[in-house]
Amino acid sequence: MSTKLTESIMSEIKREYIESALSRGERIDGRGMDEFREIKIEKGIIPRAEGSAMVTLGNTKVLAGIKVEPGEPFPDTPDRGVMTTNAELVPVASPTFEPGPPGEDAVELARVVDRGIRESGMIDLGALVVEPGEKVWIVFIDLYILDYDGNLFDASSLAAVAALTDTVVPAERWDLGEDFKLPVTKLPVSTTFVKIGKNILLDPSRDEEAIAQARITVTTTEGGMINAVQKGLSGTFTMDEVRKVINKSIVIGEQVRERYLR
Amino acid sequence: MENKDIKLINEDGTRIDGRRPDELRPIRMKVGLLERADGSAYLEWGGNKILAAVYGPREMYPKHQQDPARAVVRARYSMAPFSVDERKRPGPDRRSVELSMVISNALSAAVLTEEFPRTVIDVFIEVLQADAGTRIAGLTAASLALADAGIPMRDLVVGCTAGKIEGVVVLDLNKEEDNYGEADVPLGILPRTGEIVLFQMDGMMTEEELCTALDMAYNAAMEIHRMQVKALKDVYMKEAEEGGE
Repeated sequence: MSTKLTESIMSEIKREYIESALSRGERIDGRGMDEFREIKIEKGIIPRAEGSAMVTLGNTKVLAGIKVEPGEPFPDTPDRGVMTTNAELVPVASPTFEPGPPGEDAVELARVVDRGIRESGMIDLGALVVEPGEKVWIVFIDLYILDYDGNLFDASSLAAVAALTDTVVPAERWDLGEDFKLPVTKLPVSTTFVKIGKNILLDPSRDEEAIAQARITVTTTEGGMINAVQKGLSGTFTMDEVRKVINKSIVIGEQVRERYLR
Repeated sequence: MENKDIKLINEDGTRIDGRRPDELRPIRMKVGLLERADGSAYLEWGGNKILAAVYGPREMYPKHQQDPARAVVRARYSMAPFSVDERKRPGPDRRSVELSMVISNALSAAVLTEEFPRTVIDVFIEVLQADAGTRIAGLTAASLALADAGIPMRDLVVGCTAGKIEGVVVLDLNKEEDNYGEADVPLGILPRTGEIVLFQMDGMMTEEELCTALDMAYNAAMEIHRMQVKALKDVYMKEAEEGGE
């Protein structure tokens, strides 16, 4: 409660600071409106996992770990592997994150990251079948938020995608043939914008997020395809703003893919 | 998710239920049918049967979730176990947690929350039978229930979905189209200003297809808004004529 109050007073002071900068066409960290913070991706940092990646986006840090185990397919997709995504807002990441089962923010985060990967067809699930209808590979994507400084959606999505490209299916461990690289066909990239006043900003920092009225995440893949959209928060966008965001997401998504994921 | 056995678009361009690509399913709305709730609405949309009830503004519990400056609009989307082919286990799953959140956000955009600090406005959405498009049908019913409860709002909230089946952008997917189609785009708006309060998408679409889907859903939402207004007038004009409450 007291944390909340302090934060709301702080955000009032920062709000004026951020808004007056925006009125001059500037962001407080000097970035352009469509500019990401510095992105760093380190793969393979958890050797015990089948794949892993630590993504640093500004000061936000997300660790993605992939585990792959044999299991039963869903009855309606007997000839496809299974993927599942989970996100933990670990209490080390922020004074406002509490231990316990995932709350609605963590559920939304995991589901939006999941949709981008699933709908793009990034993982060739058809190649993850051991015995149709009986045994398939299950890919567990677990996102660990380690330091929260804004824009968990894009940091988490990058971490998940990078970790999947690092993943080896441990078939030998289960006596199911030779180990093989997880078959990856696409590289989805998520781009998140927030609206503050009339300004639309890419990759919001924590301070920007704290005063944003509305948020939108668009996940795109190769060839300008759109795979997932999520509008968040209780503010609104105009149709024109949404169209611009979709177009920018395709362009910026391609740049991120080329620079960081290829 | 393509299924070779099912053909969703006929030779003549109509859909499996005979609709044109831009045609809505039949929609029926009724306002104020529950005795105990402060406001309620019932909506049928295709095979969807949805009940929405509003309680509040009332004191917020747990207390630490109170907002000293405004009311919290807390929508809960829930599907009855018998609402789908395979029984759904009762209680919230991850999908309904997310849908509750996006619906809460969308309704908050319309409600004048600053008029009721520290309170909660509970909105319960019960999907009694599901036939695709339940979140938007639930949102549309919920905003009627809020109006029925007399909660001050900037506008009603209304929406529609569009999607893509066999490469064609279509309006208001039904169950089969939702299951075997290539994309789903639920949209919620404030009809007076045209502002977007709910927007999700999943599937595979080009920029052009997505923009077409948005326009289609937007225009349909405006049409559904007229039905909302009529449903409210049906109840309240009648009450006014009879001397009202």
